[in-house]
Amino acid sequence: MMALAVTLSFLIPLAGTLVLALLAGRLGPRASTVVGVGSVGLAALATLWAVLAHNGVTQGVTLWNWIEVGEFQPTIGLAVDGLSLVMMSVVTGVGFLIHLFAAWYMTGEEGITRFFAWMNLFVFSMLLLVLGDNLLLLFLGWEGVGLCSYGLIGYYYRNSANGRAAFKAFVVTRIGDVFLALGLFLIFMELGTLDIATVLARAPVLWEQGGATANLAALLVLGGALGKSAQVPLHTWLPDAMAGPTPVSALIHAATMVTAGVYLIARLNGLFLLAPDVMLLVGVIGAVSLLLAAFAALAQTDIKRVLAYSTMSQIGYMFLALGVGAFDAAIFHLVTHAFFKALLFLSAGAVIISCHHEQDMRRLGGLWRKLPVAYGGFIVGGAALVALPLVTAGFFSKDEILWQTMAAEQTGLLIAGLVGAVLTGIYTVRLILGTFHGQPGSDHAHHPVPGTHLFTHHLPLAVLAILSTFIGAWLYPGLGDLFPTSPGDAVHTGHTLLQVLAMGAAIAGLLLAAWLFLWQRDWLAGKVRQGVGARLWMVWHNAWGFDALFDRILVRPWQLLVKYLRVDLVNLVMNLPAIAARALNAGLVRSQNGRLRSYALVMVFGATLILLTLVLMPGGAA
Amino acid sequence: MILVWLILIPFIGGLLCWQSERWSEQAPRWIALGTMLFVLVISVVLWWGGDFSLPVAGGSQWILEWRAPWIPRFGIEIHLALDGLSLILVALTGFLGALAVLCSWHEIAERIGFFHLNLLFILGGVVGVFLALDLFLFFLFWEMMLVPMYFLIALWGHSGSPGQTRIRAATRFFIYTQASGLLMLVAIIALVFVHYSNTGELSFSYDVLRNADVPEPLAFWLMLGFFIAFAVKLPVVPFHGWLPDAHAQAPTAGSVDLAGILLKTAAYGILRFALPLFPEQSQAFAPVAMTLGLVGIIYGAVLACGQQDIKRLIAYTSISHMGFVLIALYSGSELAIQGAIVLMVAHAFSSAGLFILSGQLYERIHTRDMRMMGGLWGRIPVLPGFTLCFVAASLGMPATANFVGEFMILFGTFPSAPVTVVIASIGLVLAAIYSLLLMQRVHYGREYRTGPLAGPDAREYGMMLTLVVFTLAVGLYPQPLLDTTAAVAGPVAELFNNGADLIVRAGEVN
Repeated sequence: MMALAVTLSFLIPLAGTLVLALLAGRLGPRASTVVGVGSVGLAALATLWAVLAHNGVTQGVTLWNWIEVGEFQPTIGLAVDGLSLVMMSVVTGVGFLIHLFAAWYMTGEEGITRFFAWMNLFVFSMLLLVLGDNLLLLFLGWEGVGLCSYGLIGYYYRNSANGRAAFKAFVVTRIGDVFLALGLFLIFMELGTLDIATVLARAPVLWEQGGATANLAALLVLGGALGKSAQVPLHTWLPDAMAGPTPVSALIHAATMVTAGVYLIARLNGLFLLAPDVMLLVGVIGAVSLLLAAFAALAQTDIKRVLAYSTMSQIGYMFLALGVGAFDAAIFHLVTHAFFKALLFLSAGAVIISCHHEQDMRRLGGLWRKLPVAYGGFIVGGAALVALPLVTAGFFSKDEILWQTMAAEQTGLLIAGLVGAVLTGIYTVRLILGTFHGQPGSDHAHHPVPGTHLFTHHLPLAVLAILSTFIGAWLYPGLGDLFPTSPGDAVHTGHTLLQVLAMGAAIAGLLLAAWLFLWQRDWLAGKVRQGVGARLWMVWHNAWGFDALFDRILVRPWQLLVKYLRVDLVNLVMNLPAIAARALNAGLVRSQNGRLRSYALVMVFGATLILLTLVLMPGGAA
Repeated sequence: MILVWLILIPFIGGLLCWQSERWSEQAPRWIALGTMLFVLVISVVLWWGGDFSLPVAGGSQWILEWRAPWIPRFGIEIHLALDGLSLILVALTGFLGALAVLCSWHEIAERIGFFHLNLLFILGGVVGVFLALDLFLFFLFWEMMLVPMYFLIALWGHSGSPGQTRIRAATRFFIYTQASGLLMLVAIIALVFVHYSNTGELSFSYDVLRNADVPEPLAFWLMLGFFIAFAVKLPVVPFHGWLPDAHAQAPTAGSVDLAGILLKTAAYGILRFALPLFPEQSQAFAPVAMTLGLVGIIYGAVLACGQQDIKRLIAYTSISHMGFVLIALYSGSELAIQGAIVLMVAHAFSSAGLFILSGQLYERIHTRDMRMMGGLWGRIPVLPGFTLCFVAASLGMPATANFVGEFMILFGTFPSAPVTVVIASIGLVLAAIYSLLLMQRVHYGREYRTGPLAGPDAREYGMMLTLVVFTLAVGLYPQPLLDTTAAVAGPVAELFNNGADLIVRAGEVN
């Protein structure tokens, strides 16, 4: 039963894709929507069935042997355990709500069939990613979601900037993927298998703790995770990826795909525990990313870019948790983040459509009365994002992460997490105030058209809003049994102190923001306009200049290389014989001029030369 | 006898096509299509009934064999033989041959009969190359496929800018391959005479010459003669100059055959002749060959990114992909060699798909210059979706056959040459860049011209869908293919006797 339910859960979205792709053009927009949304709805039901059938034991389903050459025997096989079920629930559950909302969001757009075909394919690939029992199948899903992300970011293909954003997203994540691929080569060479359970069983036996091989393998896998999860330094694609339709940003670039790196590290926890140095690096990268992104989020004007940097920052928290060995906490935050970030993105989508694709905060404002549903979504989602104590889902998961960090005695990482919490409060308040309060900044904001559809507009937002409260945190089953013990399991003192600190940080952020944006508005505006403030704004607005840096050290040299090699220099060298032959030909042709006296001259000259050679040669005729 | 027929059918079909033009314009097309499908059906039937397991000790490695004396005085025979590898490649020839006929259905309007004669003669020559075991006969077929290809480019090709005419491209193709063929001929004859002076027996037979005792350093030079001949055809940088021109100027059918099958004859030649005839020398040469493969991967990818002509871009990607094949062939790992065979098949599908698509685009917008494309997603239905499929295959997206091939190569090569694999992996990123660049320039962005264009008709749709289905089928279940060629790849991998450390290492675990 379990096997059937799980298999159905990803085959139905695949069937949806095939129907939409093969009948392209023959389906009307309405039929496409029904197929696209319905298939994910059915997948969610199948997942529910699988969850109910789950009895706590890991179950394997091998569909067929993919490749079999000697030791190399990856299968098309699934492993269903608590972790994959949690991920499946997020992918299909949140995915379904986002699809439902997309039915409203995409009404009247060109190419709805293409949109839903990609979205269904994404759900299919993402499910394979979390279900694959071996690393090669996981890699299939891993690359598949990347391709879908590419297709959906470039959905509005006419604007070539969108195409470039899609291109950048794919290539940057592909760089990470190559690291992951190298990791797979290494793992297979050393352990002779790609089956995840076997890898985790063999690695501790064959590799010494903290040894070079273990470190290298963990480092390579980490490279893959950084690319997909948009962590420093492979994070530059995520803000640009906001070029896609907003439901895409909600599903792929907030709730599911970007958290794949977190899933990967949690799944391969045994590998990382063998490499403590790399674990620490994971935590440090998480801390750096969360701070860097939080500062960048302070200085954005596009609401989707604020949310993008916020996503990167929240994934930084998850990496922080992974780094201190609190895998359960990381997955917990992954789940709650999927709820509240999807809510925030969908609410942003509601604002964007209501205001005729206006998404610049400077041209929005004063919308809270006119768009109450979207406003509500922002308030609830924003509260969860800043981890407002006790009532929100985000509080419980973020508190868990900070507590584990403290229990692991990583003071530096803990401070980063707390500072990040303050910054989160500031940018969230700025986002909500800028979008919904103050004076409308443009005609579109003066006359928004609120979404009214009950099922495709209100329902997804309402459900996600409920999930973003403490109810969402309750729903998380806890996966402590699947993972090695977290640092917090052994420590019993200090949790209360930490909770006070965490609450304090969140509330401090809110108060600071209120003070800055409500009472000191003019002073702040003046500061940002010139001097240090303006410079800071530029640095943060450009997210610390990583794009410019990579542009200078990678993109431009590459373009120069392409430009200079375009004529195929190597081939020109191969043309030298032809050129030499032609030159020789030209020279000899000139000697054939038909004039008797020049022939006679050449003859005399030649005869003289030969005679001279004969005479002067040692031992010659003379 | 069936092997003789496999070669004769395309030649007879070609002559029929030529003459049938008198009856009607359509007759040559249908005859050519039927001929190639016939070849395909025969090879599928052979595959269905064949036993591809490893031969028992002392048994024959061939499934079918046919020999008859030809020039007994010089020990030259008509010796044909078929094993799993040649069967797969013959089937591929039949399949791509049929596609080549289909994709020129509307493109070729002049001298239709003679066009199909040339097309089928190429394919006949290729089948001969895949079946011939006598070295003289092999050389004959090797040369035989070039002449009709020359005419195909020279008579039905496109002329680009004034400096890049089809005649020039055809001539360049001919000179390159002739010069390299000459090297191979010299190497073959030298090998035969060395064997003659050793034993007093004059023979061009593969089985006999495999055991010939060639002194060093002559053996190394002879190996190099074979290698260069195949390297030009594969092509390996720096011998690749003919390929972009030939592709850009050739008609679609020519490009499909060139990329899909003709390049594979080179990889086949290395597997069948260069490695088994000179195992020690090849092993000594392996680091050089792998380095050349790496250069090809990177260089081809960089140049692909710089092209404006869509067919030149695809041509350079072929150079990049064949670099992976070259690395695998010299890796001495069964997994990698099997991967190379899969990649050969996969590349045949994906590059054929891309070339056919660019031909279809040309029929609609009459240019191959990507600066005059852009925004086609909104103008042509369905084709952009297919383009994306083949682009994804070409960048090695999992679930496509290309992924299986490339990753088997990399997995197999990693234990013996990790640095090579690390550098080759850069090629995976570059593959993403050039593939998506194609997508970006052709289908994304603002429309260069407006107005809808015709979608694919049933013939075009059918060709594309078949290729996509095959690519996915091999990508998701390559086992039938792998089982067919296992008996070929295993022994070749064993030639490099210390290349087997992968199995040893993994064996420690169990």
